[in-house]
Formats: sequence, structure tokens, C-alpha cells
Amino acid sequence: MGISIELEVNGASVSKEVEPRLLLAHLLREELGLTGTKIGCDTSQCGSCTILLDGQAVKSCTVLAVQADGSEVTTIEGLANGDYHPMQQAFWDNHGLQCGFCTPGMIISCVDLLNSNPQPSEDEIRHGLEGNLCRCTGYHNIVRAVQAAAETMNG
Amino acid sequence: MADESNGAGVFGSSIRRREDPELITGQAKYTDDLQLSGMVYCTVLRSDYAHAKINGIDASEAEALDGVIAVYTAKDIEASGVPGGIPVGWLLPDMKIPEHYMLAKDTTRYVGDGVAIVVAEDQYTAHDALDLIYVDYDPRDGVADPKKATEDGAPLVHDEAPNNIAFDWEIGDKEQTDAAFANAAHVASLDIVNNRLIPNAMEPRAALADYNSITGELTLYMTTQNPHIHRLLISLASLGLPEHKIRVIAPEVGGGFGSKIHHYADEAIAAWASMQVGRPVKWTATRTETYLTDAHGRDHVTHGELAMDADGRFIGLRVDTYAAMGAYLSTFAPAVPTYLYGTLMSGEYDLPAIHCHVYGVFTHTVPVDAYRGAGRPEATFVVERLVDEAARVSGIDPAEIRRRNFVSPDAFPYQTQVALEYDSGNYEGALDKALEAIGYDDFRKEQAAARDEGRYLGIGLSTYIEACGLAPSAVVGSLGAQAGQWESAVVRVHATGKVTVYSGCSGHGQGHETTYAQIVASALGVPYDDIDVIEGDSGVMPHGWGTYGSRSAATGGSAIASAAEKVVDKARTIAAHLLEAAEEDLEFEDGNFFVKGSPDQAQSLPDVALQAYLAHNLPKGIEPALEATSFYDPANFVFPFGTHIAVVEVCATTGQVDLKRYLAVDDVGNVINPMIVDGQVHGGIAQGVGQSLYETAVYDDGANLLSGTMLDYAVPKAHFLPSFETDRTVTPCPHNPLGVKGVGEAGTIASPAAVVNAVVDALSPFGVNHIDMPVTSEKVWNAMN
Repeated sequence: MGISIELEVNGASVSKEVEPRLLLAHLLREELGLTGTKIGCDTSQCGSCTILLDGQAVKSCTVLAVQADGSEVTTIEGLANGDYHPMQQAFWDNHGLQCGFCTPGMIISCVDLLNSNPQPSEDEIRHGLEGNLCRCTGYHNIVRAVQAAAETMNG
Repeated sequence: MADESNGAGVFGSSIRRREDPELITGQAKYTDDLQLSGMVYCTVLRSDYAHAKINGIDASEAEALDGVIAVYTAKDIEASGVPGGIPVGWLLPDMKIPEHYMLAKDTTRYVGDGVAIVVAEDQYTAHDALDLIYVDYDPRDGVADPKKATEDGAPLVHDEAPNNIAFDWEIGDKEQTDAAFANAAHVASLDIVNNRLIPNAMEPRAALADYNSITGELTLYMTTQNPHIHRLLISLASLGLPEHKIRVIAPEVGGGFGSKIHHYADEAIAAWASMQVGRPVKWTATRTETYLTDAHGRDHVTHGELAMDADGRFIGLRVDTYAAMGAYLSTFAPAVPTYLYGTLMSGEYDLPAIHCHVYGVFTHTVPVDAYRGAGRPEATFVVERLVDEAARVSGIDPAEIRRRNFVSPDAFPYQTQVALEYDSGNYEGALDKALEAIGYDDFRKEQAAARDEGRYLGIGLSTYIEACGLAPSAVVGSLGAQAGQWESAVVRVHATGKVTVYSGCSGHGQGHETTYAQIVASALGVPYDDIDVIEGDSGVMPHGWGTYGSRSAATGGSAIASAAEKVVDKARTIAAHLLEAAEEDLEFEDGNFFVKGSPDQAQSLPDVALQAYLAHNLPKGIEPALEATSFYDPANFVFPFGTHIAVVEVCATTGQVDLKRYLAVDDVGNVINPMIVDGQVHGGIAQGVGQSLYETAVYDDGANLLSGTMLDYAVPKAHFLPSFETDRTVTPCPHNPLGVKGVGEAGTIASPAAVVNAVVDALSPFGVNHIDMPVTSEKVWNAMN
């Protein structure tokens, strides 16, 4: 009882027959081998599974693979145009990560945040990241990273 | 930003982490990211009841489901002949040690206790099948509160532990302490609950087990902070496989905070299942499972009293604590509310009489064990809350009463009344720096002016100490540890002068690959980029004890420094031979050996390494190759300390607490990488602020966990927290080769008391002298009204 879907993942065409209940996060991780997208909870709280779906940040554990039919998906593996996206570079430069597990989803959310608000205040950054949990950094250096990336990307 | 390729002076610089490129691009592999050929999935059916007898289990429907390979219960594990145990690794005198089996046999003792397991071809089917297993439970009453659990008539978790008491432990001199109280001019007295916490490492626990029935070898990839401990316990207690046939590998590990130290049933279950089905088996916890199985933290009910003379000098401290153990004794659980708690009761103070009494109590809850800080946050909270209450009772300013009672800088080494010998410190130095940075005197004026306008500002100090760098093996052995706490390192210089370092520690976010390379670059004078660091694989490095208790720099780093020193010693002998000089005439600088005054005739470390490997021309009695192993056993704990200050504003209308500023002045000894140290402090503070304002595990009267998802348990979000202000003083550790202490837990130890002291200070016009954590707006509003 598989359903056929076609989508573009990190610029490559993908055709799959999937179970209707298959989560997009599992399609990416288990079937396409894109394990950069993490699963950290089962209630859509942690944001580790955040990806870009047609340019918008979404939690891929809350999207069925069939809902992504016909869409463009960008995961952390496909974010950079070159070695590192400016947000990835900013996380590295500003020690915006420790264990790294929340990082792919966090970076995607930060990219989405700057897409909608290129020069956010600290308060706007903190509220803008309310869908992503980090247990290691206390967010201090994540905020610094977003500020640095904003400067680079606006510069 | 420092230049990563620069070998000289690399110790102490804020080099960007070499771990990060893989992590920021999604290339790093965590346990659940791994797939093996023929892999199948395992799930665990967990008890819905805190306490129930199991009358029977019917798995026939689950077994019939397409894709299900097998369903197993405790009976199957018993029938397989493996020991099946989940042991406790720290023994206290007269402690009750009930059996803890890999699955519940006939009684469940907490919501989450494993009852049956499913092995299936895919993970969706493995979860579906759980719903088709029917367990005939006979529910019984449960108890979750550690003090109520000791009352007569409370439901028993284990029949062999009357009143649910696992152990009855004390430290200090009761008689002397009671005498001090008899002579006290003032006494501060508080009832304190230290709220139960759920660790919430962002990566859920997971295991991928691959048993090879031909060779009898088990390879176990798992989320572990200490692969060798897991190998040892799985070998000895759970599966009975010979230790050398088990290889435990920690791939990338997504945070731990203690929760990945302990030996749980689930990873052993995955390994056992692989032995049964003859295929690789993966188990990955859902977040709800991590809430129901990762060892929780804290959960104390305490009465504490601090006696003073007429001048506000502390003369005695008395503490009585009921500490939850949960349903079973987890790996290091008995040590946490005893030797990591009672021994810290002297704080930073010269306290002449202390007595601390602790009941370890079984409750129908998830087992409690070490969580970031482990005993030391609980101790610091008791001491620092009592010190603020002492200030209130005696009318002395909180900063002044601390200053008056600190161990003075010239009193070290300082022997406390509760076993520890503090090696070094300058407590007033950190306090002064913090008070100046926060503008303490000005704040008091601002606070008074604000109160006139009906605004309630508060400031809270926490002058903390911790004992970490676990630990001198003979000492912990004499206290009940069933493990050593030394650490191993191998420093291997290859023939080309490149270096590989192996450590028995096992990082999971701390940046060891960077900081350990910094240590070796400075010690050997070789370029930082020429050094690789490998850890987290029991099949590759010598036995080690892992990463926890802020030990990876002080103990693991010291092991590396010691091994590097041995390498230099051997290289010096070979260099002297090559230079036809006496060893004592050689200098070693920036990686070059040369006769004093003749630096142009040098043998570099790579030159020496090549000769050591060729072995064509070595001094008599010197073996070929250039590497050294160290097993470093520290002489003492290390004792980081500092002053943390929180500034809050409490909304008079809603009771909402706004954390306006948070300042930390820490003394962690010499610093290998300031950027990483600051990051550890930030994260530690966030978890302590989380405990004080947001987080708590809630059980109802029937011992059901109400805060069982991230929807119900408030892991702090970015906008719950301010940016942090950090600074340091540096008092090097006098007894390890690097002069380093530990930093991983400092923020979590110091911050709960700073925040609550600030809230109580803000509420002082309302006559409030204590408020339990988490300090929610509801509690604050009730206290104000």
C-alpha cells in the first residue's frame, strides 16, 4: 500500500514509494541516508529535525513524507554553497555548539530566522529560536553566532 | 580567533574546535545514525504502573504480527543462562541491595520498568507490536516522595528494605555539632526540597549491538560517557561474556550530563537480543522513554541548621536529608547523596563542627543517579541558602557574612570536618571580583529606590566550592567505590613525527579532541595540526574510566601530560646519543633538543622519532619506537570555586521572576582553552537556572510521572535565559602536572542558590525567607500574598 512521491532533496530528484505514515524525518534518515537531520523528541518540541521545506523551516518529525510530495527539501547536508554556509561558519567561529546534536536543526532555524528578519535584536533571536532546544550551550554562543552571521550575510 | 596551526603557546588559547566541521555539516555519526547490514530493531514494553504484580503476559498477537521476529520477557532472559543483572557500583555499609534484573520478573516498581521486548524487521513494526502485548497487572499502591516513603505503612518498594530505607549514612561529629548549637547566639534554620530533575541530553540513549556467534565477539555501539565501565558491567553482571570479547564504541555522543554514565538495562537488552536473533539489533529511546528510564537527578528533602556566635561566625552546621534512590540502586547512586554531598557541607567556610545525616530511600520512581554536579549542587544549595538565612537572622549583609567566614587564603591545605582536604583557594579574591563587576553597593541603592516605586529587585550570591577531578582511587575505594578512578593515556609519536593520542576519557561535547591536542602540542612542541586525539573505543585504547565528575582535564589531561613527559624523557635519551652529548646538558625547547648554547645543532622531535623507529642507532638498553602510556592516579580531588551572582526582578502583579543579570567568577585553575571553558560555564549555568526557575519532575500521589514529555517538563528555551557575564581568577591546582581543575559542573553547582537567594532577597519586604525550586510565578505570587 505504498504511495509514490517525488521530491527534490538537496538539489537531487528523489522518487520513492512510501508507507503513508512514514515521517519525513525517517525518509531522510533511514531511506536517503541523510542522518544530519536528528530526532530528539516525539512531541515536536526539540527542533533537532528542522529542515527547509520549500524554503521554510519545518520540523520533519511532524511532516509526513507524502506531504512533501512535489516539494524541495534542504537538509543540513545541502545547506552550504561551498564548504560552509555563513551560519555554519558562524557557529564554528563562535563556539555555538558543544555536543552538536541540536546543531543541524538549530542552524537551519537560524537561517530561516535571518531570512525573515535579517537584522534581529538579541531578544528577537532568542524568541525566534523558541522551537529549538539546546542543552549544552545555554544559548549564549548561539546568539553570538546568529549575530555574527547576520553581519556577514548583510555585509 | 587563534591560528589553529600554531604549535607554540597553544595551551591557553581559544582555538576553534576541530570537532566542529563534521558537526555543523551533519556528517558526524551518532549511534542512531549507524546502520549495519541485516540490522533489526528492538523496542521495550514498559510498565504503566508504578507498582504492580505481573500475573501474566500474552504476547501471541504481537508475535503473529508480520515483521515481528520475536517477543521476549524476563523468563526468556533467565532461560538463556546469562546473569541478567544491572548492578550497583558503589557500596555503603549495611546498604540494602535488591535484585535488579534486565526486565521485571514478577513485579514492576516504577512507571517505565521494562516488562517485555520486541525484535522486528523495522522500527515502525517494532513499536506497533508493543500495543499487541497484553500484560495482566495487579496494581498496588506506590510512593514517590522520599520522606513519606519512610513513614510506617508506606508501600514498600522492596520487601527486604523496611521503611524503604536503602542506607542510613552520616558524616561529621554529632556530639560536637550539637554542643555548638547549644552555645549559639543565632541559628538559621530551613526546610529545603531539592527538586527532582530529568537530564535531557538532546540525543536520546541508543545502542546498536552486533554479536558474532562464530567468534563470540560482541560489538556494541552506544551512547556512553564511559565505554570501559559499560564493557565491564555488561561482562560481569549482565551477559557474562568475557570482557575481551566485548568491544564498546562510543560514536559521536550528543550530551550526557551524567545520564550516559550509568549502566541501564536497555543497552544490555539490545546486546542480548542480538545474541538471540543472530543479527545486529538497534534500540533507540523515544524522548518519552528517556524521561522514563534515564536516571533522574536530585530529589532531596532536607532540614538544615547553621549556628553562629554573636559576631556571625559559623560554629556549627547540622543537616538531615532524605535522598531518593528511586526503584533500584543505579550505578553510582549511593555515592551521590553521601560522598559527593555530605563531604561538601563545609562550603568555602571555616566551619568547626558539622554533622550530616542521610537516608537513601527507595521510591516507586525512575532510579536517581549522578546528574551534572551530582550531590554537589544539592550541598551547595543547602549551605548557600542557610548562609543567606544566617545573614537575615543575624542582620549581617550576605557578602559580609561570607567574607567573615571564608577559609582564609593562607590556611591551605585546609582540612574540613567532613573528610576533604582543600588543596588551594582564594575565596575572597573571587568574591571581590564578582561584587565589583556586578556593582554590589550601587545595586543596593537601586534596589531601595525601586522598592519605593513598588518594584522588587533582588540580588543573590553563591560562593561555591566543588570537589571534582574524580578521583584518587584508594580514597574512593575506601569509601565504597567498586571502581578505580585513575585515567589512562597513550601518546604515540609516529616515525614522521606526527602524533596520535589515546585517552580513556570519552567526551560528548566537551571538545577533548581540541584541548587534548593543545596539551600535547605544548608538551612536545609539535604543531597542533600534527596531533590526533582518539577516545571512546574499548577495543582501541587502554582501560579508562570515562568522562564525568569534571575529570577529563584534571585526570585525563594529566594522564596525557604524564605520557607526553615520558615520551620527552625517552626522546631526550636518544637525542643525547645522536648529539653525542650528556642528557643533562640538553635543552628541550619548541620541539628541539640541543646542547645548551648550541641551538643550531638540534635534533627535532620528528628527527628523534624517525631514528627511534629505524632503530639502527639507539643507545644501549633503549627499545625502538617512541610512545608512552600513563595510568595517572590523582593525589587528591581538585577544588574549583568561585562566586556567582544573580540579579532578578519580581513582578508584584504576576509573581513572574525576570533574571536580569547573571555573573560568574570561577576559579578552575589553569585554563587550556578559554573559549571552551566559558562555554562549559554557560551551559552549566543554564541547567542550574533551569532547576531554579523552570524544571521539575512531577509525580502524583500514585507515583505516576506527570512531566513525561518535553511538553510537560520545561527544558529552558533561549528566551528563558539572559546572556551570561563570565570572568575568572586563577589559582592553579598544586598537585597535578597541568595545574588544572574542572569546569563542567561549576555552573550547575553554583547557580540554583544564586537565583533563589536573589528571589528571596527581592521578596524580603514580604517576610519571605525561603521558596522551593522551581521558583514559579505561582509560588512567588502566593508567597507575596
